[in-house]
Amino acid sequence: MIDILYFAWVRERIGLAREQVDTQAATVADLVAELRAREERYALAFSDLSALRVAVDQDLTDFDAPLAGAREVAFFPPMTGG
Amino acid sequence: MRIVVQENPFDLGAEANAFASGRTDMGAIVTFSGVVRDDPAHPLRQMVIEHYPGMTEKALEKIAAEAQARWSLGDALVIHRFGPMQPGEMIMMVATAAPHRRDAFEAAEYLMDYLKSRAPFWKKEQGVEGDAWVAAKDEDEDALTRW
Repeated sequence: MIDILYFAWVRERIGLAREQVDTQAATVADLVAELRAREERYALAFSDLSALRVAVDQDLTDFDAPLAGAREVAFFPPMTGG
Repeated sequence: MRIVVQENPFDLGAEANAFASGRTDMGAIVTFSGVVRDDPAHPLRQMVIEHYPGMTEKALEKIAAEAQARWSLGDALVIHRFGPMQPGEMIMMVATAAPHRRDAFEAAEYLMDYLKSRAPFWKKEQGVEGDAWVAAKDEDEDALTRW
């Protein structure tokens, strides 16, 4: 099981802040493909990956990052701190 | 080095004074604070900042540690708020202390550049005309290349 977290408009589009997913996905991209196939709201949220950022276990990474051993994956738009 | 992520307002003067006191080997203190800005053309009711608890603190600590490794700093402080805030309220501050001003200025700019696009905060503007997530600017991403 992996915890998946969504922030900002990704959270709003999917309608959830976090959920647990039982997945065998090898990479973030594989996980995204599984989520997209679920429901329209996921397909919409993940329609343009260039507009998204991903963190695995709270470290920024890329969509081709492996998920072996990962506990937490977060999807969000580019950050706007400061 | 002190990293604070909090919902409550902070007192810039008190924080700056506390940061600057107690050392005699720092010749330069730089502080920067970011403020919720209203735009008369698109009046703002409030700004709401969302963050990623846990990752936010980790990301800020990593950025501050990198600044300390790159410049001769005696100390660094980052305070960043989340939650709702009104125009004119302070969102965040950074402070750097160094023996000389160049290190203090550059490290403060580095902290600002990195925490803008590498710390997991997202701003939503709630305006009279509706709500909108603030889009990240290309220039903020480009700013990282100079370091």
